[in-house]
Amino acid sequence: MLDFVNFYLLPGLVLGCIYALGAVGVSLLYGILRFAHFAHGDLMTFGGYIALALVAGFGLSAYGALPVAIAATVLLAVAIDRCFYRPLRNQSPAVLLISGFGIALMVRAVVLFIWGPGTAVYQTGIQTPIVWEGFRVQVRHVWILLITLSVAVVLHLFLSRTRTGKAMRAMSDNSDLARVSGIPADRVILGTWVIGAGLAAVAGVLLAIDTQLSPQMGWNVLLAVFAATILGGIGKPYGAFAGGLILGLAEELASAPLFGGQPLVTPDYKIGVAFFVMVLMLVFRPTGLFRGQVL
Amino acid sequence: MSVLTVRKARGGYGEADILNGASLEVGEREIVVIIGPNGAGKSTLMKAVFGLVRLREGQVLLGGEDVTHAKPESLVPRGLSYVPQEKNVFPSLTVEENLKMGAFVRRDDWRPALERVYALFPPLAEKRRAPAGSLSGGQRQMVAMGRGLMVEPKLMLLDEPTAGLSPKYIELIFECVRAIHAQGVAVLMVEQNAKQALGIATRGVVLVAGVDRFTDAGPAMRDNPEVARMFLGG
Repeated sequence: MLDFVNFYLLPGLVLGCIYALGAVGVSLLYGILRFAHFAHGDLMTFGGYIALALVAGFGLSAYGALPVAIAATVLLAVAIDRCFYRPLRNQSPAVLLISGFGIALMVRAVVLFIWGPGTAVYQTGIQTPIVWEGFRVQVRHVWILLITLSVAVVLHLFLSRTRTGKAMRAMSDNSDLARVSGIPADRVILGTWVIGAGLAAVAGVLLAIDTQLSPQMGWNVLLAVFAATILGGIGKPYGAFAGGLILGLAEELASAPLFGGQPLVTPDYKIGVAFFVMVLMLVFRPTGLFRGQVL
Repeated sequence: MSVLTVRKARGGYGEADILNGASLEVGEREIVVIIGPNGAGKSTLMKAVFGLVRLREGQVLLGGEDVTHAKPESLVPRGLSYVPQEKNVFPSLTVEENLKMGAFVRRDDWRPALERVYALFPPLAEKRRAPAGSLSGGQRQMVAMGRGLMVEPKLMLLDEPTAGLSPKYIELIFECVRAIHAQGVAVLMVEQNAKQALGIATRGVVLVAGVDRFTDAGPAMRDNPEVARMFLGG
């Protein structure tokens, strides 16, 4: 039981937090702009590396570097939208999807150019876990859970209390109706990039804190982030959050020795869990858990 | 002085025109009902008024001002609201949030308008915190119309407000239209339940193949045997 909590449940929650932060952005962007943002993973990577620059350059902690990483990633995303996505706004979703793919490669190339192809960490050395009654918790995991929780609270207040937040949910629900109600689409789209890219930066920094930085790290979790989006229901930010947590837990628990000491799947196939969940949802419940849009 | 004037509108979605020179007038304090066979361009005419269909030729005047190529979002602050036939609520937003979205463009105090909408549709006041997606079809239509009323429009465009509703609700929605009109809002409406709609209309307009063919006072048109034979099913 203790082993289960220490080695599977907690890491699953932590991974779920990271997926959730990425998926909320993907879900809102899909709901409002009607395209799958393939460059989202690379925005995460970019945020992670900006934090690295501050850690290495100014001796900040990764947590202290978070606000700047968020700001830089938001600026990058808004600039990308102005230069690339906005001129293509009325094109077919396939055109936007391919351009998103191109942006992903460009952002990754910038990261490779500046920081090189190797891996990096914010902090070297062994970090001792907190031990209490047999529970072993990594300090970084406590931070990741707390940061995600506070981000989730702020996001909820934004979406449920502010005019722009409500307009964002409205536009994600039904963008044609939002338009005929007189809601200014450009302002809501800008807000969506700010929220989406900001959350992606947080996810990237937390992912790098939990594991390590590499130019591929965001791209590698993109499939899981998309799976979480679909699981929660496309265009439903609360669904995406839930989807992320469920998927993170599912990936870790799938390799837990639950059945007679044998894992359900060996850890090598962990990434397959996301793919499996995505395919199951698309076949049997394409609107996701929270009744979102259909792809 | 008419609230809305459409002159010789031509246009459609792609290559072929759906509107072939349709003209229309809605006066202040009028309920105008557009009737006609399927594919006559009734909904298209409504969308063209709201800037959702590009017109190749012709003119749309709102209170005397030319709005032919204006964007839909710019028409809302000028006192025009449009209630589409389908998907006309935000399902995951609560009833009250839906209504507030209707007032998004307002900079002044919209709370009196909210109270008026609740007074007009008492069932919505009870369900103000419920997601609009959880409501019945008739109640959703009330939310949709309520959303349209939040800007306190001069003219409201209703695209088949009773489509798919039970007879009990159809009656109720028509009563609501009448109540909206009584508050001083002009209404332009496309309706399948033409007999009932003409009963509350100040005027009916028959649209055939994208052209307005005939207009008359609502009840007179309902009782006109020729119109009845051709468009009202006997």
